[in-house]
Order: sequence, then structure tokens, then C-alpha cells
Amino acid sequence: MTTRALSLTNTTIGKKMVMAVSGFVLFGFVIGHMLGNLQIFMGPDAINGYSHMLHSTPALLWGARVVLLAAIVAHVTTAVSLVRMNRAARPVAYAVKKDVATDYAAKTMFLSGITIALYIAYHLAHLTLGFTKGLHYQPSLDANGLPNVYQNVVSSFKVPWCTAIYVVAQGALSLHLYHGAWSLFQSLGLNHSRYNDALRSSAVAVAMAVCVGFVSVPLAVLFGVVK
Amino acid sequence: MKFKLNVWRQDNAKTAGRFESYSIDGITSDQSFLEMLDVLNEKLVGDGKEPVAFDHDCREGICGMCSLVVNGRPHGPQEHATTCQLHMRKFTDGEEITIEPWRAGAFPVIRDLVVDRGSFDRIIQAGGYISVRTGAAPDANAIPVAKEIADRAMDAAACIGCGACVAACPNASAMLFTAAKVRHLNLLPQGAPERDLRVMKMVEQMDAEGFGACTNHLECEAACPKGISADFIGELNRDLATAILRSREASKNASAGG
Amino acid sequence: MALQSKCPTGPIEQRWDKHRFNLKLVNPANKRKYEVIVVGSGLAGGAAAATLGELGYKVQCFCYQDSPRRAHSIAAQGGINAAKNYQNDGDSVYRLFYDTVVGVDYRARESNVYRLAQVSLNIIDQCAAQGVPFAREYGGLLDNRSFGGAQVSRTFYARGQTGQQLLLGAYSALERQVAAGSVTMHSRHEMLELIVVDGRARGIVTRDLKDGRIETHLADAVILATGGYGNVFFLSTNAMGCNVTATWRAHKKGAFFANPCFTQIHPTCIPVKGDYQSKLTLMSESLRNDGRVWVPKDAADRDKKPGEIPESARDYYLERRYPAFGNLVPRDVASRAAKVVCDEGRGVGPGGLGVYLDFRDSIQRLGQDKIAERYGNLFEMYHHITDEDPYKVPMRIYPAVHYTMGGLWVDYNLMSNVPGLFVLGEANFSDHGANRLGASALMQGLADGYFVIPYTVGDYLASVKPISVAKDVTKDHADVKAARKAVETRLKSLLEVNGKRTADSFHRELGKIIWDECGMARSEKGLRGALERIPALREEFWSNVRVPGSGEAMNPELEKAGRVADFLELGELMCRDALDRNESCGGHFREESATDEGEAKRDDEKYCYVAAWEHQGVDKAPTLHKEALEFEYVKLSQRSYK
Ligand SMILES: Cc1cc2nc3c(=O)[nH]c(=O)nc-3n(C[C@H](O)[C@H](O)[C@H](O)COP(=O)(O)OP(=O)(O)OC[C@H]3O[C@@H](n4cnc5c(N)ncnc54)[C@H](O)[C@@H]3O)c2cc1C
Ligand code: HEM
Ligand code: SF4
Ligand code: FES
Repeated sequence: MTTRALSLTNTTIGKKMVMAVSGFVLFGFVIGHMLGNLQIFMGPDAINGYSHMLHSTPALLWGARVVLLAAIVAHVTTAVSLVRMNRAARPVAYAVKKDVATDYAAKTMFLSGITIALYIAYHLAHLTLGFTKGLHYQPSLDANGLPNVYQNVVSSFKVPWCTAIYVVAQGALSLHLYHGAWSLFQSLGLNHSRYNDALRSSAVAVAMAVCVGFVSVPLAVLFGVVK
Repeated sequence: MKFKLNVWRQDNAKTAGRFESYSIDGITSDQSFLEMLDVLNEKLVGDGKEPVAFDHDCREGICGMCSLVVNGRPHGPQEHATTCQLHMRKFTDGEEITIEPWRAGAFPVIRDLVVDRGSFDRIIQAGGYISVRTGAAPDANAIPVAKEIADRAMDAAACIGCGACVAACPNASAMLFTAAKVRHLNLLPQGAPERDLRVMKMVEQMDAEGFGACTNHLECEAACPKGISADFIGELNRDLATAILRSREASKNASAGG
Repeated sequence: MALQSKCPTGPIEQRWDKHRFNLKLVNPANKRKYEVIVVGSGLAGGAAAATLGELGYKVQCFCYQDSPRRAHSIAAQGGINAAKNYQNDGDSVYRLFYDTVVGVDYRARESNVYRLAQVSLNIIDQCAAQGVPFAREYGGLLDNRSFGGAQVSRTFYARGQTGQQLLLGAYSALERQVAAGSVTMHSRHEMLELIVVDGRARGIVTRDLKDGRIETHLADAVILATGGYGNVFFLSTNAMGCNVTATWRAHKKGAFFANPCFTQIHPTCIPVKGDYQSKLTLMSESLRNDGRVWVPKDAADRDKKPGEIPESARDYYLERRYPAFGNLVPRDVASRAAKVVCDEGRGVGPGGLGVYLDFRDSIQRLGQDKIAERYGNLFEMYHHITDEDPYKVPMRIYPAVHYTMGGLWVDYNLMSNVPGLFVLGEANFSDHGANRLGASALMQGLADGYFVIPYTVGDYLASVKPISVAKDVTKDHADVKAARKAVETRLKSLLEVNGKRTADSFHRELGKIIWDECGMARSEKGLRGALERIPALREEFWSNVRVPGSGEAMNPELEKAGRVADFLELGELMCRDALDRNESCGGHFREESATDEGEAKRDDEKYCYVAAWEHQGVDKAPTLHKEALEFEYVKLSQRSYK
């Protein structure tokens, strides 16, 4: 018997795989980005040098941007379509429903996702495009006339509400990643009962690490550790 | 024991439902939950009211007919048990108990607590079988099956098709049921020739029925009276991906050759 | 009317082959013109519908549950027999045949039993190929166990869920045909009448349980595979919906009901607890392999905790009475022995209706782990239900109704005396005589459905013109309309009584009468009493039952009332049959026919026949037809387990 080939992305499972693959790409970026950020603790030269290196290799920069953009578009559009389907699947809600296995992170994936999306918009406007300059920082140039990332960061995070936005967003991100990190293995069928527990604990560890890694920068500035 | 029951009443799929409250007394702790409802119904009939319709048959946890979301949990608070295996000793005297039907678009309510689970049958029709003509089978021992494989297939095959997984899932997803059904057959050598087509067709039907997608909450596994493991869902995903890749490959080869 | 069993003659090993060769065939191109109705989707009905659909017939299949996969076959735990001799322990088709003829106490046809043993081989092949995950050995080959006291290991099993797995196999084959368009499945439909036109079965009238719609379905042949009638006892191990309605309606339309008093009472069930109890739970009889059955010697010790009763004060009555078989005597013997000790006032637990099944010694001998490995899930189930831990205190068990050997009379082709009406599985009377052996019902259901009916129904159809061509019967035919009208009138009258008692309360009362008088031991006096009380109860039912709601919607009370009404008629026939058969055989124990030691005494001189009853009208005495049983291969002798 022959059948027309099923297109993976038309199935709910395929959509989940899109989520997982795009999520994985974004995940990779997040880790890389975090490691990059941590260079701030090594002083202005390190992080500014890293930034200049990126800007002077457009292939790398734009390559990454294209991949990231594609991933985020795929991730968000698929998320919206899945969330819609899932809501439609239960037209009448329970009066009483007790969840026993799931957790807060899993139940709020869409919410944390939206928080991240809003945050990304703000974050791009803030530090990449510089739209928010004047609001809480004065863009500065370094000795070579290139953007002084270090200075931008430090002056921004001295403003408490700006730091607060970043901290909240990182909270959302780590919740998202905690569920996403082990969930993606299940979605891609890469799970195995033998290491499922280990996966779950690693997901917690990675999410915590990302959270600590990211928020350490604004908090360090706010509390004057990095000046 | 005494209870206050909030029971979902609905005349048919077309009308809207509502909760009605009943108080019930004189229940003993070794009575089963459904026997408690029998008593309620006996009383309602005596009072000239219509009894509560609910599905049940074997009353020993194997037919998968009974349903009921009891205080927010499909099959009630007891782990690894169906509603018909639930005893009143699991409740405290005087407790308020809310009883609702399985809620999912793919399980429309027929009356009160009775829902239509025909969607599960249609998933099976799509490919939940091994095509073997009656009388055409080789000797049963001609194809040995490693014990671990047979045992694992049995783990999946233990599914009673009750639908608690759908009822429990925040997305009303039927992934655990479908995974159990697909994996039972795909694990066995007898099921191998049709495994790709099987998984594609069954998943396609599952989606067409309007079940939600799995977002790995694992509520299904926790609610399943037969302890079907959510690991099967991961395996289902893998089966589907490989099936689609292989079928692409095959159609490419076919068109190249043709 | 002389009953024609149509059994072939000649050497028994060749009878089925010879018969099959002589059966007429339907031309493949014509098969799709024939419509066949299959009522029931259990092992028998599901297998039949799937196979007939596969052969090309147009099949309509019905069940009252919401899915064909939920038929009560699903509840079978223990296993299925087949004479594969995979264990090399001396089994053979002939041995299975022999064991069965003896085990059923010589009240079944040799030809049928031999065929059953023969096709048992194909069943296991078929099921394994369908993906039934039978238990396996480490080498990958199928595992077997010995079951129900058999001397060879011929029972195939899938954990404690054999019935479920076999049914899922049949169900998947059925759904495959539904997808192919050859079978139309009608779930949540209850058959309420058989349509007979010019003496031939031509269709059924059903009620759609979802919305109360009455429908007529016409066909060239009607196959009933509607299971057993154990629920006449109210409390049984059957599912709540199991009923006699389909076969009883057919009986009232002329089909003979055979051996209705042959019922099986299973010794290892969880005892009754209170008045509200709705059903009884079976514990696999494999428990008797390691458990020892006892009661206190002295009735005065009855209420003591079991641990306080010293060894010397315990009566291991099965081991005492049957030293050769001990705790492993057949079901009927074990059940009766339990009744005897309880009647003596030595029964334990609430109401004194229970005996101990004690694992203390085997736990000591083998260790708790070993016992848990063998029976863990059963122990858990027992603990669940009773709130008592069987590792610490002995289980309490008591017999409960489990299977009905009686059913509609059929010939070797599984056709009733009404042409075109076939009956399969537990619904017919065919293969289990007076006592079914463990793990043989599943075998018979699948044998009937997969390997007998596909041939025999063809033989019948080849002799009739298909309805789709002849158009001789339509929904407007007077007999069809009358059948439909009868259903409507009956439902209406049930709804209109508007009395004071629920259908369940009548059912309970009937069940108690049947259990007391037509249960494990029957006496002339008791049966005569029952034959007066049942018609009186029936009369009260029709004047005092209360069925709320309407017929035009889902109405479980109406369904129940209809079933109870039929049980009230069947119950009477059972007692009449039991009264008429003044011998003890298998599950039927007449107190008047016992040895001095109280063992069953069969009377082959007078009763070596099948009793087939013809309905003459409610409140009228039915006519008895006898089909003599002949034994050419297995010599008639008394069973002994001493
Ligand atoms: C608890 C238990 C354990 C058992 N264990 C074993 C075992 O280990 N081994 C063994 O060999 N046997 C066992 N048996 C016996 C065996 O399971 C049954 O005899 C056998 O499965 C009957 O199969 P069936 O197909 O004839 O009927 P069923 O499986 O009962 O099917 C009846 C079908 O008819 C339908 N039906 C009934 N009435 C109507 C109606 N009026 N209208 C429409 N449809 C109707 C039902 O919906 C159902 O689909 C056990 C039985 C019980 C109760
Ligand atoms: C840096 C940004 C992001 C990262 C690293 C990320 C990562 C992930 C990962 C790894 C998954 C798991 C995939 C799977 O289920 O198998 C996931 C799921 C998901 N993401 Fe994101 N994501 C990001 C942004 C977003 C955004 C912006 C949205 C929203 C609008 C979003 C919404 C979702 C949803 C709805 C899911 C599925 C939920 C679930 O499976 O439980 N994500 N994400
Ligand atoms: S997977 Fe579990 S919960 Fe879902 S249908 Fe099967 S038995 Fe019921
Ligand atoms: S009634 Fe059969 S599983 Fe509950």
C-alpha cells in the first residue's frame, strides 16, 4: 500500500519537533551569549574586544543573526499554533482540576515565552539598536571610537528598574529553559528511561546556571561589584 | 459516612450542562465509589428523579469503561486504579466531592458523566493492527521474540483505553494512548512490516480528532490506571520521525527509478 | 422435532476436515452481496465479524459497550489452552480432547470437543501473529503454565490479562475491517429482538443506547455471540451489563435453550461484604497452587482471628477429603466443599460465608519474594478491595458465579434450530457440557469465531438468495414491523408501570432465589419453591417496577429493567431444567443424587442427553427436546479426585 507522504510539520508531533529544534538553537545561543557576557568580570577590554571581534566578522554576526531570527520565528509561530490547538482541545474547562505531575514551569511555558519575547524586543532596543539611549544610559565610545559596551552596560544597570527588568526576564527564561531543556529530548524521541532522571536534574542545573550567569551581570553593576 | 456530591448533569451533547448537589448518607468505607453512586441513583429513582448516567461495566479495572473526574483527578485520588476500583475509605467523612466527565473536545458528552470515546476506536482503525489474514499465520514459535521485548510490548499493551490520560492532560492530548498502541505493535517483530505506515496513520488520525499536543506535563502518566510510561511517547515521536524520513527516502527512490 | 446435531461420523481425527470439505462454498464475487449480522464483539463475535469481513461478506457488528474492545472477554485473567505440546510434556490434540470430555462430565458432544482441541493450535498461531504479547521464555519462545489442575502445561497467558490481550487482537482485526469498509460497527446498541421471517432469522431490532432510537437491521444470517447469563444471579464475576436478552429474545422466537441449569461457580472469589455490593471479583485459581484452604474444625472458633487458631484446630478440608488432588480439585468440587463447611457453620468472615486461603506455609517455604513474584498483583488487588494484607492474614474466599455452560442449542455448524441463526462463544451450549475447564472458554470463543463460523455460515448462505438481490424482506415486511412494534410496546410498558421498586431491587431478589435454590446445590424441594416464587416476583415486577426518564434518551435504568425482565423468565427455566435433571453432573449438584460420602453421582442411564427447551409462552410450561449424547472414544466413567 502506498500513502501520500505525511509531512512531519503538519502533525502535532512534528510541530513539537520544530519547537524542540528551534528551542535547541536558541538554547545554544543563550549559553553562548551568557558566556560572552560573563567576560564583563574580566574588565572592559575583554568584553569590548569580544564585541569588536563580532562586529568585524560580519559573516559570523549576520550568519548567527539569520539563524537566530529563523529559529525565533519558527519557535514563536509554532508556539502560537500549538497553544491554539491545545486550548481548542478542551472547550469546556474543569470546575475542579488537580494537577499532580506537572510543575509551574511547564504550565507557564507560553507566558514565560511571551515574557522572553517582550524582553528580547526591549533588550534589542536597549543594547543592540540603542533606541533607549538617554533613558538610562549615554552611549559612549571607547578610545578607538568604537562602542564601549562595557560602559553602556555599567551605566544602564546602575538604574535599578532597568536591572529589575533584566532580572525578571531572566527568571522567566530559566523557568522556560528548565522545562524546555528536558522536554526537547522527549519531543525529539531522544529520551530513555535509563537517563531520564539524570536529564531532569541536568535541566534544573543548566537553568540555574543560566539564570545565575545572566543576572550576575546587572546585579554586580547595581551593587557596585563591577564599576 | 456522609458526603456532599457536586455532580455534572447534562441532558445531551447539544445542551449545556450544570452542576447539581446531592447529599448522601449511610455509605460505608468499604463500598466502592461506583457503588456509592448506585446508592445515590437508587435514591434519586425513589424520589422520582432521573438517576445520574455514568459509564461502567466490568467493575474490576480492566474494561476501561468507567471514567469520572473525581475532585479534579481522573479516576480519583487512588494511584494506579480505575474509578471502579476506588473505595470510599479514600475519602473523609463529610467531604465534598465534585464529579465531572472526561473533558475534551474529542470526547463529547453524551449524557451527564458519559462521554463518547469513539475517537480512540478511529485511531485504531487508522493502523492499530497487524494485517494478518485469519488462518494465514505461521507457527507461533516460528518467530521468537526476546523476552525483554515481549515484556515491554506487554507493558504498552496493558492500556485499557479508558481515556484518563486525555482527561488529565492540560492539553487534552491523546499521546499516551496513541503511544501505547503504536509501541505495542511496533516493538514486536510481527508488527515490523507495517510500523512506518502504522505510526504515520495513527498520528494523523489522532490529530484529526482534535486532541491537543503533548507539552510533556506527564499528567497522563500520573493518571493512568495501568501505569503506562510516558517513555512510550518519546518512542512514538522517534518512530514517527524515522517513518517520515524513511517514507521520503522511499518515495524519492521510487520517483528516481520510475 | 428431532434435534439434528449434524455431527459428521467416521474417525474422530478426520471429522472436521471431512465436514469442511462437504460444506458448500460461496463464490468470492457473491460474498459481498450477503449481509451478516454479528451481535457481540467479544472473542467470539469480534473474531467472527473480523474474519467474515475479511472474507468479503458485508458485516454489521453490535455491542452494548461504547467500544467493541470492552466486551467481557477482556476480564479473563488466567489463560487459554492449546494442545501445542511446546513443553514436550505429553500433550496432544487427543489428550486435550480426552481431558475435556472427562472434565465436562460427559455432557458435551465428542465431535465438537475434538474439533475444539484441533483448532486450538491455529488459535495460538493467529493470536501471536496479531501481536498478542504472550508470556515468553528467555529463549524467545512461548511460555506455558499448568492451569486448573491439568497434568500438562498447555495454558498460554499474557500476564494476568490474557483475555484482554486476546480481545485486543480480535478487536484490532475487527477495526481493520471497519477501516476497510467491510464491517460496520454499532457500539452502544442493544439487541432487543430477533426478526424471523418464514422460519428464517433475517435480522434484529436494536435500541441505540445513546439516544433511544429503535432500529431494524436486516440480513441473510444473524450470529449471536452475546456471552453468558451469569448475571441472573445478580452477584457474579460478570460485567454489570452482561445479559441474556439477545439469546432470550431468540429463544422466545423459537430457538431452543439448552442445559440452562449448567452454571459454573468459581471457588476463589472475594466474599460478599454488604447489601450494597454490586459485583464479585474473581481471584485467579492459580492461587490454589500455593495456598491451602481451611476453616476451623469447631464452629465456635469461627470468630477468632485466624492466627489464634492452632494448627490442630484447623480443618484443611480439601486435603482431607481429596488426598490425591488436595487444594487443586476442579472448580465445582472445590466450590461445593466450601459450601458444605459453611453450611456446617464453620465459615469465616462476615456472615460466615468464607473460607481461608492461607499462604503462611508457602511463604515460609519459598519466601515472601517468591510468592510476591507469582501472585503479587493478585495480592495487591485483594488488599485493595478488602483492606487486609494477605501476606499477613490468610485471604478469605468464597465461591461465586463465573460462567454459564448452558446457552442456545446449536448443531455442529453452530446453527440453532432456527435456520440462519448462529450462536457462538459462551452464548451457545456447545463445548463445555456440565463443567467448563479452566482456560477453555477463551479457546472456544476464538475457535468459534475464527475457525468454525467462517466455513459453516458459508454453507448456509450458499443455499439462500442474498437479501440484497432477492429483496424479499424489507423494513415494511409485516413480520419486521411486528418485531419492531413488539420492542416499542415492551419499552413503553416498562416505562409506564411507574411503581415503587427499582429494577435492581427485583434483580437482587431474583439473584438470591437462584443462588439459594439453583446454585451450588439443588434439591427438588428448593427448586419447586423457586418455581413458585419466581413467577410471583415476575408478576410483581410488571406491576411495581419504577423506570424513570424516557425511552428517547440515554436511560440506563430502562436498559437495566429490560434485562431484569428477561432474567426473570430465564431464572424460571433454569430451575425447571435443574429440577428435571435428577442427577449430579459437573456444576449441577442435585442433593438427591449423591454418594454416601456426599460426592456427585451422575446418572448416564437416564440423563446422558442435552436438554433443549422450546419456549411455549411466558407462564406456560416449555417443551423439552433431548439430544442423546454418545461416547465412542472416551468411555463413560465417574470422575474421581480422591
Ligand atoms: C472474571 C472472569 C475471568 C475469566 N477467566 C477466564 C480464563 O482465564 N480463561 C478462559 O478460558 N475463560 C475465562 N473466563 C470466561 C471467558 O472470559 C468468557 O466465557 C468468554 O470470554 C466469553 O466470550 P464471548 O465472546 O462469548 O462473550 P463476551 O466477551 O461476554 O462478549 C459478549 C458481547 O456481546 C455483546 N452483547 C451482549 N448482549 C448484547 C445485546 N443484548 N445487544 C448487543 N450486544 C450485546 C457485548 O457487548 C459483548 O460485545 C473468565 C470469565 C470471567 C467473568
Ligand atoms: C531565548 C529564547 C527561547 C529559548 C532558548 C527557548 C527554548 C525552548 C525550548 C528548548 C523548548 C522545548 C521544546 C520542546 O518542547 O521540546 C521550548 C518550548 C516552548 N517555547 Fe521556547 N524558547 C525561547 C523563546 C520562546 C518564546 C519567545 C516563546 C513564545 C512566545 C516561546 C514559547 C515556547 C512554547 C509555547 C514552548 C512549548 C512548551 C512546551 O513544550 O511545554 N519560547 N522553548
Ligand atoms: S494510556 Fe492509561 S490512561 Fe490512557 S487510555 Fe491507556 S490506560 Fe487509560
Ligand atoms: S468498569 Fe471496567 S474498568 Fe472500571
